[in-house]
Amino acid sequence: MSLAADGAAHRASDRLQGEGRSLRLTALTKEFATFTAVRSLDLEIPAGTFFALLGPSGCGKTTTLRMVAGLDTPTSGTIHLGADEITYEKPYRRPVNTVFQNYALFPHLDIHENVAFGLRRRKVKDVDKQVQEMLALVELEAQARKKPPQMSGGQQQRVALARALINRPEVLLLDEPLGALDLKLRRGMQIELKRIQTEVGLTFVHVTHDQEEAMTMADTIAVMNSGVIEQMGSPAELYENPRTTFVANFLGQSNLIAGAVSSTDGDVVRVDMHGTQVSILADRAHVRSGDGWVGIRPEKVLVEPLGEPLDAPGNHLTGGVITDVSFVGVSTQYLVMMPWGQELMSFEQNTGRRPVLATGTKVDVSWRPEFAFLLPASQDVNAGVVEES
Amino acid sequence: MNGLQRAGRWIGEHLVLAAGLLVLVYMFVPIAVVMLMSFNDNSESRNVYAFRDFTWSNWANPCKPDGMCEAVVRSIEIGLLATLVATLLGSLAAFALVRHDFIGRSVANTVIFLPMASPEIVMGSSLLALFVAGGFGGQLGFVTIFIAHVMFCLSFVIVTVKARLSGLDQNLEQAAMDLYASEWTTFWRITFPLVFPGVAAAALLSFSLSFDDFIITNLNAGQTVTFPMFVWGVAQRGIPMQVNVVGTVMFLISLFLVVGNMLVTRKRAAV
Amino acid sequence: MRRGRFTGYWLMLPAGLWLALFFVIPFYSLLATSLFDPEGSVLTGYDVDYHFANFVDALQQFWEPLVRSLWYAAVATAICLVLGYVLAYAIALKAGKWRTLLLVLVIAPFFTSFLVRTLSWKLILADDGFVVDTLQFLQLLGDDGRLLATPVAVIAGLVYNFLPFMVLPLYASLEKIDGRLIEAAGDLYASPTRGFLKVTLPLSKPGVVAGTLLTFIPAAGDYINAALLGSPNQRMVGNVIQNLFTSTGDYAAAGALSVILMAIIVAMVMVYIRTAGTEELV
Repeated sequence: MSLAADGAAHRASDRLQGEGRSLRLTALTKEFATFTAVRSLDLEIPAGTFFALLGPSGCGKTTTLRMVAGLDTPTSGTIHLGADEITYEKPYRRPVNTVFQNYALFPHLDIHENVAFGLRRRKVKDVDKQVQEMLALVELEAQARKKPPQMSGGQQQRVALARALINRPEVLLLDEPLGALDLKLRRGMQIELKRIQTEVGLTFVHVTHDQEEAMTMADTIAVMNSGVIEQMGSPAELYENPRTTFVANFLGQSNLIAGAVSSTDGDVVRVDMHGTQVSILADRAHVRSGDGWVGIRPEKVLVEPLGEPLDAPGNHLTGGVITDVSFVGVSTQYLVMMPWGQELMSFEQNTGRRPVLATGTKVDVSWRPEFAFLLPASQDVNAGVVEES
Repeated sequence: MNGLQRAGRWIGEHLVLAAGLLVLVYMFVPIAVVMLMSFNDNSESRNVYAFRDFTWSNWANPCKPDGMCEAVVRSIEIGLLATLVATLLGSLAAFALVRHDFIGRSVANTVIFLPMASPEIVMGSSLLALFVAGGFGGQLGFVTIFIAHVMFCLSFVIVTVKARLSGLDQNLEQAAMDLYASEWTTFWRITFPLVFPGVAAAALLSFSLSFDDFIITNLNAGQTVTFPMFVWGVAQRGIPMQVNVVGTVMFLISLFLVVGNMLVTRKRAAV
Repeated sequence: MRRGRFTGYWLMLPAGLWLALFFVIPFYSLLATSLFDPEGSVLTGYDVDYHFANFVDALQQFWEPLVRSLWYAAVATAICLVLGYVLAYAIALKAGKWRTLLLVLVIAPFFTSFLVRTLSWKLILADDGFVVDTLQFLQLLGDDGRLLATPVAVIAGLVYNFLPFMVLPLYASLEKIDGRLIEAAGDLYASPTRGFLKVTLPLSKPGVVAGTLLTFIPAAGDYINAALLGSPNQRMVGNVIQNLFTSTGDYAAAGALSVILMAIIVAMVMVYIRTAGTEELV
């Protein structure tokens, strides 16, 4: 589709010329009667990015979004769009639109009028034509005269998106917009949203508790926990080099093994981990002395039956026993009991290189040193562990 | 499973529904009688209240009985006025109770239930006691009836509108504000249209309560005669069949309005 | 949307004032009236002389209609509960897509004049009417037996007139019950009867409490049914109060009787709610 290519080119040039305005939150705080939802938040979101605020429910992400939309008033701090302060601006006077969690489509207006609502309020000309174009973009032109309750969840979601997008806001806020959809529809809509964002080139701020959704769509993710941002960066950065146990556990899964720093030389930190020396690259070691958690992602952990050659140099552990095997099609997930009494997770691609190992098999465990990371021992090893899934 | 068991099972499944429908039929028997009697020719004797001959004359001359149409008109006047005031004040109060926090809110929430839970005879006599104590004992009439009717309609209006309003998703109003609608525009474009079925239902209920009230009205009416008071008066000395014409018309109009309101609500399919 | 600290007060004020002036304060007037010196009259004026003897007099003179009112109302409420439960249950759980229509039909009679409908009962139950004839034919009623001017007619009228007040709250609470709960009871080896007794009935308790109150209270104060369908032997307390106010002009006695009725009802309601253990009423 040529529109997509043009859009992308447009967007790149926009950014070069600095036409769009960035959204800046400074020391933003929101206190409710009994708790602080958002705690002195500083954040700059460059124009044209797809930005995700990721965190568990109650972490303050939705409150942050509502303050940007003008639906909640901050206790202190400021919100700027470019050079203009909009902290206390009425919601209907800021160039920001929202896609609400339950869509909030007006039940008494048809789809066309729902989408036209913002334009009509601003007395724009050619409303009908613009609405038709927008409905074409979300592929709902045939449904224009239906009422919202007559539509499916996925369709309602697209209407909500169209109703906000048509106003060409500088910032589009999405509050868990896919939360009510089933898994399959959600994956489809994620790709759709990403495509639309690329085409229109607006700043999207997307609030979600679904780490996979955030990673699929966002250029930049900020992981929020208890009203503060734990870490911010590209999905790959956050995943590969988490700075806190919360991020390590909430974004994907991690093995966290207790250890103590034994020496630091140059760009490598050496850690004594239950008697085995493992090395960690200095830029992934977030503690330089004393105790720490050695972190390794399950898919980076390699297992081989006792005595067989292991692919990875260094960080070699022996004496493991497989205690659980889950075959999940694309991969096999092992739990390996280590001599110090901790079970490590290992995810292995089912390449067919060798048969699936049986429970009770004695194995050696290993990983490449460049994938490990080291986190401060003071952090809770279970922070951010997702219970249900 | 043999045929008998199957039949037994079918009856078991539908017994409750059948019994329920019987109860409903019971509720409609008097209405049917009212409709039937509106065609009754009782010119022979007004004292025997039984169906004699079919006639159109009651429908052709509805205002023949002395004072009946005047009473109907008075009831309509009082009903419309009381409905207007009760619906307006009640809707405002419902907004206050659902959308605003104020000292005494929980007290207000309780007080509005009391008129619905008090016997009419007690409310009526209290009000009469107040009017007499205030020196208005000799001026009972249209105004005192109006005051009483607004009083007992208010609770019903507040409860009805409140239910509608608390079912209204506040996200809708926030979405409108997010889409460049000011508070005023949001109210008229979103809130009001969505609450309207509740307000309409409340108004309908008010009018019928007011039009139909006898116990409270009778105590506070003085010499003024409303339609129920007219019926009460003639009930002792032989009832003109035109009373049934009014009853039938009332039933048809209210049925039409209730069904209409229901269809509109359904069409809007407000969530 | 909670802008303006005083908006709530302004919105509440007119309705609040109206209810305070014409609902709350009148109770004080009624209380004052009940303590009037019974020697006064509308013409000569009354003195509040804390004449507590009014209450004793009223009770001595009118205990019979008072007890009868409570008795009739209780019987009517019990019958309404049975009929209303069947109807509400059928609408809420068995009617399917006809639900809304049936609900409208329940409310519809309510919009036709109360008095006119009661008068049509007078016709239905008349001495030479269909119902009496049938009952006589079935030997359920003696040859000169009648329904009008008997407690049966008055109670039947009360049942008829207040049935919608029973059905609506019952429907509201039955409709909220998740049908899967009843299925789950069946799955857990409860027979339909036990499932009803152990699941449906307890869950509909708020509706039962609200419905019985909304039926009992107006029924206890009603006098139209007693006046139109009964005879002086079925006189209820409402008739007495009405007569004392409008015909006899004995305001003190009427006031005292009203206060007694209200007090009894409030006491009964409180005991009832305490034992039924429900805070939510409507």
